[in-house]
Amino acid sequence: MQQIAQQLIYGIQLGSLYALIALGYTMVYGVLRLINFAHGDVYMVGAFVGFYACTRWLPFKDLAVHPEAAGANIALAVVALLLAMAICSAMGVLIERFAYRPLRNGLQKADAHFWGLVLGFPITGLFMPVFNGWGPLVAVVVGVGVGFAMRPLVAWLARRVKLSESRLNALITAIGVSLLLENGGLLVFGANPNFIPNILPERTYMLPGGVMVGSSQLTILGVSLVLMLSLRYIVMYTRPGKAMRAISHDIEAAKLMGIDTDRVIAFTFALGGSLAGAGGAMVAALTHVKITPLFGLLPGLKAFVAAVLGGAGSLPGAMVGGLLMGSAESFVAGSSLSMFRDAIAFCVLIIILLVRPAGLMGRHVPEKV
Amino acid sequence: MLALRSVSVRYGAIEALSQVDLEVNQGEIVTLIGANGAGKSTTIRAICGQVPTSSGSIHFEGREITRTPAHRLVHAGIAQSPEGRRIFANMTVRENLELGAFIHHGKHEQIRQDIDRVFQLFPRLSERVNQSAGTLSGGEQQMLAMGRSLMARPKLLLRDEPSLGLAPFLVQQIFQIIREINKEGVTILLVEQNAYQALRVAHRAYVLGTGSIVVSDTAERLLANEQVQAAYLGE
Ligand SMILES: Nc1ncnc2c1ncn2[C@@H]1O[C@H](COP(=O)(O)OP(=O)(O)O)[C@@H](O)[C@H]1O
Ligand SMILES: [Mg+2]
Repeated sequence: MQQIAQQLIYGIQLGSLYALIALGYTMVYGVLRLINFAHGDVYMVGAFVGFYACTRWLPFKDLAVHPEAAGANIALAVVALLLAMAICSAMGVLIERFAYRPLRNGLQKADAHFWGLVLGFPITGLFMPVFNGWGPLVAVVVGVGVGFAMRPLVAWLARRVKLSESRLNALITAIGVSLLLENGGLLVFGANPNFIPNILPERTYMLPGGVMVGSSQLTILGVSLVLMLSLRYIVMYTRPGKAMRAISHDIEAAKLMGIDTDRVIAFTFALGGSLAGAGGAMVAALTHVKITPLFGLLPGLKAFVAAVLGGAGSLPGAMVGGLLMGSAESFVAGSSLSMFRDAIAFCVLIIILLVRPAGLMGRHVPEKV
Repeated sequence: MLALRSVSVRYGAIEALSQVDLEVNQGEIVTLIGANGAGKSTTIRAICGQVPTSSGSIHFEGREITRTPAHRLVHAGIAQSPEGRRIFANMTVRENLELGAFIHHGKHEQIRQDIDRVFQLFPRLSERVNQSAGTLSGGEQQMLAMGRSLMARPKLLLRDEPSLGLAPFLVQQIFQIIREINKEGVTILLVEQNAYQALRVAHRAYVLGTGSIVVSDTAERLLANEQVQAAYLGE
């Protein structure tokens, strides 16, 4: 019994993180009918922002040496959390702006500049031995130069390939962005795992029945809860939130209300990105897990399954789905089948697609005629 | 006020509109009638920038709007109530009306007055303010679509098939309200398959036959026109 309760608490901790990520999937699916596979990588970036904030950018003190700094560290942790949310929401907006929007509206000049630059740096990198003696500034300048020179090539490619609204193009783009972020992460952050030392006071509380709860678990649960309630408020009662709901029901009709749908879609990515960023930062700072540039992959997939389980497009569904996935994983991990803890997500996905493709809380919308 | 100059629209290989000229003057009710598939909805969608034109130009109050996206046209004063109602079924009646006034955010007093006005026109909606719009009957949804398009306070209202699928007494009521809105100064372009009713409320009319304008005249003369009677008014 105590064992089960203990697993459940771990499951809720895991599940609230999955729920935070799943909300981003489900919101984007709601407005664009697009599965943003790069979302798990945004979570990874959130974890790295948390890591750098805790170890380099902010003056955290090691509690083992300065136990009196606990209060200051907690205040700094809030700053780190907000920083991760801000950076990840900006990333969400960038991904939407430069990867998905050209699929809807065609590739504009600014998009071609951007992709030229993205291509320019790795190409310059290939000739790195030449630049080694000249210092990084020259390499950056050359990278930018090559990038601008790439612009006509990108524009030409876009004309040749004929971007369109086809679902397959969107899916391939999403996977491409995900690969770009993972490999970009390997380039920027390196492949070595990183982890954060003890910077927050860790206490364990004993619940009746001998069940233990750590303060980090309570923090993850509490912060997730606050974020989800704020999200609910934004979506239900604010102007951009109402616009989001209108778009997710009927984007053409929403335009006819005077809603600038591109802006609202960008806002949706910003919201989703900030939740994933918060999740990533909390994992990095509170769970001592090793973070690598590929570390968003599995949580991203599991959160995606959570979103499908809850019902794609449904916010309460994403929360419930996340908690269910977290608990399921926790129970499998605690049983004799523990080596299958990652496989459970895929079993759930297959079962839900067979039994109830609309998900637990999704409404099954018939195809429009 | 609104002018289409030899506008053509293609859907892939099909030319859905070819060289359409159409004009709507301030204060008028103009109706666009024609058989199913003639291109009426396409005309409305082209005006609102929802389908790209392949040639020709569209002007509103002297400015070219050919490539202006739909959401900006709402700010310019054009509201469209699209075919098939297209209400937000996942939201309440009040939220639907508030979304209609999306461009007027912050003007709480104006929005409150306009919602009251809509409820005056359609008392049945006021009993269902907080009900989810998806649970309304077809007629009530049509009323909501109409009310929602008024919330933007448009100068020009584009109305695509408001009578579709409605009981006869509701059709009467909808046309009555169109006349009333027009008296209050809203210019209206009305698309209808129900040609007889449309011609009775309109000042002028265009008849569309597979993608191009066949006849245009005052509504009165078209009602009397034997060819039009034979082709579109039945009996
Ligand atoms: N999205 C579309 N793609 C391809 N063809 C279309 C599309 N919409 C309409 N059409 C075609 O264009 C023609 C005009 O359609 P429409 O403007 O909807 O007619 P109406 O409103 O007069 O009934 C029809 O032949 C229709 O099949
Ligand atoms: Mg039509």
